[in-house]
Amino acid sequence: MSTKTVTKEKKDKVSPEQREHYHHLLHQMILIRRYEEKAAELYQASKIRGFLHLYIGEEAIATGVMQALTPEDSVVATYREHGHALARGVSADVIMAEMYGKVTGCARGRGGSMHLFDKEHRFFGGNAIVCSHLPLAVGIALADKMQNKPNVTVCFLGEGAVAEGEFHESLNLGALWQTPTLFVVENNLYCMGTALRYHSSNPNLTEKAASYNVKAVQIDGNDVLAVEQAAHEACDYLRSGKGPYFIEAITYRFRPHSMFDAELYREKAEVEEHKKRDPIILFTNYLKENNLIEDGEIQAIEADVAAVVQHSVDFAENSPWEEVEDLTRFVYTERSLS
Amino acid sequence: MTLPSQNVIAEPQQLVKMTYREGMRQAIREAMLRDERCFLMGADVGRYGGCFAVSKGLFDEFGPEKIRDMPLSESAIAGIGIGASMNGMRPIVEIMTVNFSLLALDQILNTAGTLLHMSGGLFNVPVVIRMATGSGRQLGAQHAHSLEGWYAHIPGIKVLAPGTVEDMRGMLWPALEDPDPVLIFEQQVMYNMTEMVSATPVPVDIDHAKVRRPGKDVTLITYGSCLPKSMTAAETLAQEEIDTEVIDLRTLRPLDNDTIFASVAKTHRVLIVEEGWRSGSLAAEISARIMENLFYELDRPVDRLCASEVPMPYSKHMEEAAVPQPETIAAAVRKLVL
Repeated sequence: MSTKTVTKEKKDKVSPEQREHYHHLLHQMILIRRYEEKAAELYQASKIRGFLHLYIGEEAIATGVMQALTPEDSVVATYREHGHALARGVSADVIMAEMYGKVTGCARGRGGSMHLFDKEHRFFGGNAIVCSHLPLAVGIALADKMQNKPNVTVCFLGEGAVAEGEFHESLNLGALWQTPTLFVVENNLYCMGTALRYHSSNPNLTEKAASYNVKAVQIDGNDVLAVEQAAHEACDYLRSGKGPYFIEAITYRFRPHSMFDAELYREKAEVEEHKKRDPIILFTNYLKENNLIEDGEIQAIEADVAAVVQHSVDFAENSPWEEVEDLTRFVYTERSLS
Repeated sequence: MTLPSQNVIAEPQQLVKMTYREGMRQAIREAMLRDERCFLMGADVGRYGGCFAVSKGLFDEFGPEKIRDMPLSESAIAGIGIGASMNGMRPIVEIMTVNFSLLALDQILNTAGTLLHMSGGLFNVPVVIRMATGSGRQLGAQHAHSLEGWYAHIPGIKVLAPGTVEDMRGMLWPALEDPDPVLIFEQQVMYNMTEMVSATPVPVDIDHAKVRRPGKDVTLITYGSCLPKSMTAAETLAQEEIDTEVIDLRTLRPLDNDTIFASVAKTHRVLIVEEGWRSGSLAAEISARIMENLFYELDRPVDRLCASEVPMPYSKHMEEAAVPQPETIAAAVRKLVL
């Protein structure tokens, strides 16, 4: 595997700004981790219902990719998107309220865990028909291109999506029209319970993408610095108008597919083996080995994250439900657009 | 809304002869000139001129950026249109026929029809999707069904069915101004039909049905290609002193109850005519609404004339036998007034 790893390189000199940036990355990943651990707990307590898909183990990808984006860029995500929403800057409070189904949620409680939306952060869901958001991402990027805006659209997808027809339709059209779309495949090796080798005649995903004349790279998705670097390279490429870009980030999902998954398809030992490459541990070790973080600073991050998580829970608990009278609102628009 | 001068092909109020096909071509052209956010996208819309020649000549006038040829990727065609509409553009999406549109049904239902409500009112989908529907050209069982009634089942989208050249020409602009997704169903058998229409576009009210022929004895509710057939039947019946009121639904979703109910309250007898299959049809919905609201106004049970419940056959005589014709419509009305 030609995956690129950055966290093995030794750092000699690091500026205070760079040091602070590293701490920001660690903070983001720990926030996503602790937030989702809390979400799982709240699911057991029946505070959160429906499907809940956890991103635990994959945090480096959303965290790394978001570093390369401007506020005008767009993000289109899957149903496993709490981490992407948090890393994009959507408030932890409104995401938690959404999972509770409260009216203060980022989609008024209509979407739930799988359908987070935020207009201000140009976060276009939370899409739960696998692969149906790829055409959307190409369309959003096409609109930017036609309006001569220098923006990119990032589309996160799982490796299971490559079996859908829309994957091929979208890569073909994105490349044909050179839309500034960044496809980020989070390859966690399992499409629900079916391993890639059982559902893809060619398990080499970058080869599939390259066959559509899309520039494609494979990276270590558990290495946040490798992800960040790849995302910057991708966005530079996209903003120069050369067309779509494809990153396959190899990772692993530590938790079941959803809260209903008995994990019959993989051995516990395999999961434990992968946990040795936990992105948070990898990055923390890297920072420690290079004297870029003190134990006290890690504790401060944990304390800050705990406060953010607790605040979001309090916010959700204390929020009202949407009035039943509002059920039929927003089937059609209540205002004129133009 | 003042049109650029090059659009005015004759003095206001002057009538010109125009085909149904030309009506849409003019409408697309006028929309392009009026609003730079508009563009046409679909398979064979450009260099080929549209599979039913609707966009013939537009590629030469507006070029490949605005008249976008696309591969046979119905789902991506719809999905990219949806995405572009969510990011500042006003795409006019063409899908060849309603039978092919089933390949895009996921995008139309799960994305276009759903996003506004699911996002708690955050994201509009102001896309317009046009497609041909209906029988009459011996195109067989995979090109000639009338499935617009299925689409009219979906909350969140609007469904238009122009049954006159004037409507064909005048519905596109209000559809583009609508902040929500609008589907326009064009009758493939009517593309060559001519009518005298105003030389300048007349705005069409897409929120209301229209009484095409006032009458006092029977209400005949229809739309699309069954409208001219119903008008012919009404003329025949007039010679027999049966005065038929013909209502053109024009908008299949949302349905205009008021116009329907006012007519039924006047005539007390109703025939609903459509080319969709009878079971679970739009006619069934309208019949139920009349029964629910005007039961004691009815002198007879509501009657329906729909397509035979068979896949559309190729042979001309068999195809004609499968759908309502002026003679069968007139016969059904006679039974109601006996």
